[in-house]
Amino acid sequence: MSSIKVELKQCEIDKIKEICQSFNNEPGELINVLHKAQGHFGYLPAEVQEEIALELKISVAKVYGVVTFYSFFTMLPKGLHPISICTGTACYVRGAEKVLDEFKRILNIQVGDTTKDGRFSLSCLRCVGACGLAPVVMIGEKVYGRVSPDGVKDILNEYS
Amino acid sequence: METIKLTIDNKPVEVPKGTSILHAAKGAGIHIPTLCFFKLGDMPIENRPGGCRVCVVEVQGRRNLAPACVTDVTEGMVVKTHTIRALNARKTVLELILSDHPTDCLVCAKSGNCELQTLAQDMGIRKLHYEGEQSHYREDTSPAIIRDMDKCVRCRRCEMMCNDVQTVGVLSGINRGFMSVVSPAFEMNLDHSVCTYCGQCVAVCPTGALTEVDHTNAVIRALADPSKTVVVQTAPAVRAALGEEFGLKPGTLVTGKMVAALRQLGFDYVFDTDFAADLTIMEEGTELLNRLTQFLAGDKTKLPILTSCCPAWVKFFEHQFPEMMDIPSTAKSPQQMFGPIAKEYFAKKIGVERKDMVVVSIMPCLAKKYECSRDEFSHNGSPDVDYSISTRELANLIKQANLEFDALADEDFDKPLGESTGASVIFGTTGGVIEAAVRTAYELHTGNKLPKVDFEELRGLAGIRSATIDFGGLPINIGIAHGLGNARKLLEDIREGKSTFHAIEIMACPGGCIGGGGQPLHHGDFSILKARQEALYREDAGKPIRKSHENPFIIELYKEFLGKPLKLIYINPSHPEE
Repeated sequence: MSSIKVELKQCEIDKIKEICQSFNNEPGELINVLHKAQGHFGYLPAEVQEEIALELKISVAKVYGVVTFYSFFTMLPKGLHPISICTGTACYVRGAEKVLDEFKRILNIQVGDTTKDGRFSLSCLRCVGACGLAPVVMIGEKVYGRVSPDGVKDILNEYS
Repeated sequence: METIKLTIDNKPVEVPKGTSILHAAKGAGIHIPTLCFFKLGDMPIENRPGGCRVCVVEVQGRRNLAPACVTDVTEGMVVKTHTIRALNARKTVLELILSDHPTDCLVCAKSGNCELQTLAQDMGIRKLHYEGEQSHYREDTSPAIIRDMDKCVRCRRCEMMCNDVQTVGVLSGINRGFMSVVSPAFEMNLDHSVCTYCGQCVAVCPTGALTEVDHTNAVIRALADPSKTVVVQTAPAVRAALGEEFGLKPGTLVTGKMVAALRQLGFDYVFDTDFAADLTIMEEGTELLNRLTQFLAGDKTKLPILTSCCPAWVKFFEHQFPEMMDIPSTAKSPQQMFGPIAKEYFAKKIGVERKDMVVVSIMPCLAKKYECSRDEFSHNGSPDVDYSISTRELANLIKQANLEFDALADEDFDKPLGESTGASVIFGTTGGVIEAAVRTAYELHTGNKLPKVDFEELRGLAGIRSATIDFGGLPINIGIAHGLGNARKLLEDIREGKSTFHAIEIMACPGGCIGGGGQPLHHGDFSILKARQEALYREDAGKPIRKSHENPFIIELYKEFLGKPLKLIYINPSHPEE
């Protein structure tokens, strides 16, 4: 998994400690801790994982193992507007891949990447439970249904 | 205890509730093939992720096949271990595993000793029906261990050893699906991690994914160079295990044959690390007594003293307990005591310059490779020990030289660095270093001869042991731990001020050096470790001198070269300032 290097400030370390403590520093709560930490930092750089490992008294390798297992977790900062394209079965058969290709083409990034200006990041997910609207795209919390490759440009324009 | 009755291959079997089909079958003498499954002796730790599916069996009334290692027996269960359906499924599973595995068996370091290869052979796989993408990972080379994850079958045995047994926590399964593999955090190299190089991951890896850094070619080159005087030292545990590589029964002592083989290989001087082990006892024993005296005078911080001859253990506490660095002994390990004695003392004695002497060590250990590469163990860029090779590598050298090992006549070590006592021989097993230290410390402290040299109370294979030894009215509490997970428990007690031990022996590998990462693979069978352990105690019992301080050459060495113990260069890496 590609990553970037950061240096944690004391207040950020304190925040991680606070998150861990809110789960009683229970190693079994690792996924919840990571979830909350990503919610706060936007992503999970190595330094955050190391701090979490220290707090929960588990090996950093274990933390990294969990971070790399779940596609929700990312070690790269997401864009201001994270774009998720559903490539679940229903969306896929209704042309999600072509929609995805159009996003890639316009933004000039690959899945998992963030645009240079930090505005958009691109990821795929499997089913948001709105198969009737396939193919589905989410930007932030907003859901777009029946997206066609031609409509991608208009959607992106909403955020410019 | 509640028991369960079932039949396996038409054989009625009765086992305790909670037993897996695999164990129930084994108890009934029925072999079910496994790959990811691993059990380390009688330790309560088992690796059974149920991931490989090689152990599937047919259970009557069950729709799908059951993985025997993770399926518990139930009352009245009818198990068939080798129906056509089970055999075909196993073959398919194995072929799928092989479809993402390099087929360079001919040149693989693990060839002939690879469990995957054996399975393919046993199952009669002659053709791979599945072709597809193969996973590729960057090869990771460290001073002791090579990780070639292209050969990883994701059995996760290494992860179990690293986390559950050793509590080092370097390795973890990462990623998912086709990309999943076992790796250190952030896919960093082992030498950037807190890896101790104990080599237990290598010892349990079923394939060639984890292997030792092989120095046999470097040794051959040194032996072939006429300008070099090549000196070899052999660790105590090697003689009790080397024979296994040549089909001899575990526990066969091959000291004399090993010496003969080394001489035939062309080593100019065949010496014994045991000699340096006696030296270690002189240093460590003296230090124990000094610290004991300080402790008795009221200095509470000075005890317990921890042994420091295991490099994996030294690296473990450097990473994990850096605030407690003043606790371990300052003595170097026998391997690293031997190096300068050979290159500074012996070389001068025979008129050879340091640069023309090559010191090779034969070790049951992979961490020794790393240890001899540490900066503080070299002099102007010339290492005290040039190459450390494992018991397995020595066996390979002997095979390369076409020596008929079993037929070699016993020979003796060269003098003077081949002189050793029974005390040094038992360094190779858990409990042995502290027993050797007690033999010497007792006599130096009390001024009396030991009534009995054997300290049975310090022996055994339990992970943590303790005993109180009477030093002429002074009760000395001894702790012993082998396996780093056990060591951690004793260290945490010390940190919390709960420890009542005066001296603690730690060895990183389960069993001590007899179970080292460089030994012939024991596949989790602790009866092999037991046989090796008994062999060392046998060799000790048969030695005319059994106490380090009575080794005549050690006495001479102090007189002629070293002066008094604790005066010289024999300092542990953790105490560079001393």
